[in-house]
Formats: sequence, C-alpha cells, structure tokens
Amino acid sequence: MEAESKTFNPGTTQPSSGQFPPGTNSSDRRSFLGWLLGICTLSVGALLSVPLVRFGLYPLRVKTTETSWSDLGDEGKFALVTSPVRRLITVEHLDGWRKAVFQRTVYVTKGADGQTIVLSAVCPHLGCSVPWNEAQGQFICPCHAGVFARDGKRISGPPPRGMDTLETTIKNGRLMVRYQYFRQLVRTKEVVA
Amino acid sequence: MSDAAADNRSIKPKPGKELPQRIYTWIDHRTGLDKLLHQALDAPIPGGARWSYVFGSGLLFILLSQIITGVFLALYYLPSADRAHTTIAYIVKEVTSGAFLRSLHAYGSSAMVILLILHLTQTFLYGAYKNRRELLWLSGCALFVLVLAMAFTGYLLPWDQKAYFATSVGTNIASEFPFIGDWLKRFIRGGSDMGTLTLSRFFVAHVFLIPAAIFALFALHVYLFRKAGAAGSVRPDLQAPRLTTESYYPRQLLMDLGFAVVLIAALGILAHFRPVELGPEANPADTRYVPRPEWYYLPIFQWLKYWPGSLAFLGIVVIPSSITVLFAGLPFIDRRRERRPWKRPVAVGSFAVVLLSLFCLGVLSRLSDRHDHAIAAQLAHQRQETRRFMQAPFEPEMAEASLAAANIALVDPFAAKGKEVYEMQSCDSCHGDNGRGSAEGPKLIGISTKFQPDQLEALLRHPTRKMIDGGMNAVVVNDQEIKSLIAYVNSLK
Repeated sequence: MEAESKTFNPGTTQPSSGQFPPGTNSSDRRSFLGWLLGICTLSVGALLSVPLVRFGLYPLRVKTTETSWSDLGDEGKFALVTSPVRRLITVEHLDGWRKAVFQRTVYVTKGADGQTIVLSAVCPHLGCSVPWNEAQGQFICPCHAGVFARDGKRISGPPPRGMDTLETTIKNGRLMVRYQYFRQLVRTKEVVA
Repeated sequence: MSDAAADNRSIKPKPGKELPQRIYTWIDHRTGLDKLLHQALDAPIPGGARWSYVFGSGLLFILLSQIITGVFLALYYLPSADRAHTTIAYIVKEVTSGAFLRSLHAYGSSAMVILLILHLTQTFLYGAYKNRRELLWLSGCALFVLVLAMAFTGYLLPWDQKAYFATSVGTNIASEFPFIGDWLKRFIRGGSDMGTLTLSRFFVAHVFLIPAAIFALFALHVYLFRKAGAAGSVRPDLQAPRLTTESYYPRQLLMDLGFAVVLIAALGILAHFRPVELGPEANPADTRYVPRPEWYYLPIFQWLKYWPGSLAFLGIVVIPSSITVLFAGLPFIDRRRERRPWKRPVAVGSFAVVLLSLFCLGVLSRLSDRHDHAIAAQLAHQRQETRRFMQAPFEPEMAEASLAAANIALVDPFAAKGKEVYEMQSCDSCHGDNGRGSAEGPKLIGISTKFQPDQLEALLRHPTRKMIDGGMNAVVVNDQEIKSLIAYVNSLK
C-alpha cells in the first residue's frame, strides 16, 4: 500500500549508478541547482561563523586578565626623598568577569644611580613584610633578621637576593607602579603569575 | 546494479569530471556512501515536494543552531548561583557578539516551539500518523516533550529575577502530582527551595541528559520515517499508483534549505535589532515580583488559574494527562486509513478545538495582565528594572578577600590604621592577608567572639606559652596602635 511495497517511477531521477552526485541525471539544470544550493548554504554558514569566531576568540583580542598599574602620587613629591617612604597601594587584578582589589605595601626610594625606584615590601626569603628602620638606616626583616640597604640591596642574613624592584612608569606626571609577586628563596628575581 | 558493472564504470570515468568522480568512487568503495546518499536524496515523496513539508527539517536546522550557539555560550558561562548571572552579563555586555549569540539562542528556543506546532499540525492534518507509523508518531511526541524540557531547563540558567521566579512556579506545579508530587519537586529542585543545586542539575539536564535523549530519539524518528516512507499528498485517495512521486532531491531539499535560510535570516535580524535582555540578578527575598513564563507556557499558566484548591488535581493532572494520552495514542485510536482532512471531522475538529483553546488561553492571560492595574504596574516596573540593568556597564564580581580590604578604609579609619599596624608588624606573614590564616598561623576572622578587647591586648603584649611555641612574638607597639590593631582584627570578616 505504501511506498515500500510498490515499485515507483520517480520520473525525475535514475537509480544509483555511481554517478556524482547521486540523484542527478545528465541534466545541466539539476547540477546547477545543486551547486547553487551548495554555495548559498556555504555563504550563510560563512556569514554566521563570523560572530561565532569573534565570540570564541574574544580573549585573544582583548586582555581579559591583567593587573592594573597603581598610582603612587605626584612624581615630583618623590624627587627629593632621602629615606625610603612607605606607601600603601591599591592593586586591581582583572580576571575575566572577576575583579580582585587588594592593598599592598611598597617603598619608594632612591636606587644606586640616584633614580627613583619602588621596592616590594615582601621579603625574598620567606615573604614577611620588611619594615624600614630609620635609626639604623636599613631594612631589617623581623622574621629571620635579613638586612637590606636603603636601595634594597642585600647586606646580610638568609635572604638569597635583595629586595625586589617593581616596574614603574610616569603617566601624566604621576608615578605609577605595577605590582607583581616574585618567587621566594631563589637567587634571581622571577615573577610568579 | 551489480558490483562488476559498478567497477566497470569506475574504470572509465566521465570526461570533464575525472578527479571528483574518482575521489567519490574511492570513498564509496570504502564506506558505501553512494547507497547512503541515494537513500537520503532519492527518497520518494508521493504527490511531489511541498512547502508544507519543510517544518521537520526546519526543526533539525534550529536544533543544530541551538547546539552550536549553546556550546559557544558555555565557553563563558558558569552554572552556580553566585556566578551564573555575572557570567551571562559578561557575555552580553563585554564579549564581542555575545548579545547577538545569546539572542540567537533564546529566540531559537521560541522558534523550536513554533516549528514544533507547525510540524505536528502538518503531520496531523496529513494523517501521517496512520498506516504503520505509530512508533514514528510516538517518537515525535517524546521529542516534543524533550524540546519543551530543554526550553524549561534553559530558562533558569541566566539566574535573573524572571528565570528564578518563573522556574519556582514551574517546579511548584510538580508537587501537584499524586503521591510522588512533593518528592518530585524536591528531586527537580535539588532541595525544598530553589538554589544553586537547582541550577547545577538544570544545567546538567540541559547540556547533557536531554540532548542525549534528543539525539537518540531523533535518530529513531528519522529512521522510522524513512522506513515507512513519506506519507505524501492526501490526494486523490487510496489508489496509490495514480500519485506522481518525486524524489527528495532536488526540489524538496531546495525548499528545506530555502526555509532554513529564511529561518536563520529571521532569527539573525531579530537577534541583531532586538537583542534579548538580561534582568537584574535573582533576589529570592523580593516578594513583590510577579513572574510570567515564556509565551508558549502562558496558556498553561492561564489554565491553572481556573482550578483552585481541591479542583487543582482535576485541572492540572487529570485533564492534561487525558489529552496527552489521547494525542500520543492517536495512531492506536484512529485506525481508519482515511487521510483526507475533510473526511476526518472528529480528529481534525478536536485538534482544532485544542489548538484554538490554547491560543485563546494565551491571549486571555495577556489581557488579564493588562487589565489588572496592580499587576500591569508591577510588570511595567519589572520591565523598567530590566532596561536599567541592561544600560548599566558591566560590573565584575569582586573576589572575596579583596572586598574586605576595600571596605575597611571606607568604613572605619581607626580600623584602617590598625591594618597598617597589622602589616608593619608582619602579622600577615603568619596570619595571612586580612586575617584569613595560613599554614603558619590560625585565622583571626571572628576572633572577637572568642576574646574581649582587653583580653586580646593582654595576649598580644604577653603571649601564652602555647602561642610562643607556635612562633608568635610579643607585639611591641604603643597603646594607640595596639587598640587600632585590635579594632582592625575585630572587624575582619
């Protein structure tokens, strides 16, 4: 009664004969339609893939993880420092749709060549917060008595290197610092994440 | 065709088609591709190709679109109560083409429901459930339910007010089931109340379980369809040989593809010019919120209003299940071979009545909302809130510890001074940032519940034996500083 029980004569196709593509006969109109179909489908597919690809590759074009630069203040204020000045900076770390805001201690001081540098207060030995001792003119770590000079250079004690300098830049006359974490217990300064 | 004949032909390729022909034959000899394509493309349609047959493949096309957009959305989405809304806001407000893709996905689900109705109306009218197509019809009914389940589970995922409350109402209906109602509700929700566990299981259902079932049933559906053959035109009547039959390729395939292009163009235009909005985050404590389900659930929503209290069982369970059983069991109930709609008044008539009633219920629901001033006002307010949220710039989620740090300075300057003392004295090196604790020292959060301020001061100035053994040193600072330190430590959260 139904299709499978009767032999049908489609009237428009020939049975499979290994022709490419099947279902076509030698009629040019049919193959033309076939190709037209294919092209239309491909162009629609191509058009749609544009937003899909841009969506998927978004993190490659836009920075989705970054630590912001922190503002230390007017650059001129630090020009005449003789002793290290302690500052609390606010650091913003952006991670996709998350943002972490935290505060960290840094010291603004003069380097060996007289340039303004910014030191991380994190001791490169085991991570304690190193205070500046004005009376002794040195940084003295309270945990294991590591001693550093006013420019952060290592003087004595268990720390394997001097206090870590942080990247700085001047923007619109303001001193900006990029806060980073460095690996402890190693002789060379290595950024950790 | 005998294999020998086929082989002969492959030795003598057609001129001008040499390479494609040979590649095709190479693949065919190893996969049987030719026979497969032949079955797919040369399937006969009695009575010829029709535009009214495009809805089935339209459904497949939208399903593919939903899968693709869904996978891409999942690159940024997280299904937890505290993150879901933020990640969707990120997609919609920040990521390139995020709003467009999300709208494609949301409108696609409405398109699925519309196409479902069109497809089942067409197959019903053409009597395409008759003549040994019972299993085909049943698999179609199952697919219908699964698609509605996809729409229901997907609706919750943005975790905005609309999503939360609409699902709350929807899952409450489950508790109307006899005997197992309450258990069922708690199973679906992952608890007595809606929460993050609800979101987790809805996500798993939406992404893994229901799609798996859809794939399986879809494969079955298409197989059964091809086995039974297209039912084709209802004219002229049961004397089959008088029907002209056309193969699927090229005309029907062309129509199917043409319809698919129309669909994607419509969805694309809608998604571009009228992107779907995300409302403010779910607030379970908001008792004023008036939830409304998506448009295709409005008829059921309205229907429920007529069955309060003890009548609920009749209206929510008995009547809908009877209609469902009749609908799904149609091929077993209607055994006549007659397929012409005008010769099937009972079937077509009752179908029309149900469809029309559903439509009227939907309209009534909208009208009653408009005429109830209180509700209309609240709904307008809700729309406004949504608009306001959409216009606000994206706000990243603030990571936990950082919030406390940011807040201290704002709230209490004395405690803020204490924070400086905390860091100067290297308390953070053992007790951690913001007193959260570390391997070297216990957390200080909540210490105000254990010690009074003067006790703390004594402990700090003169640590106990146990503290000294653990590595604690006496804190040597002046009185002001120690008091500010204690104020800071007491404020830690």
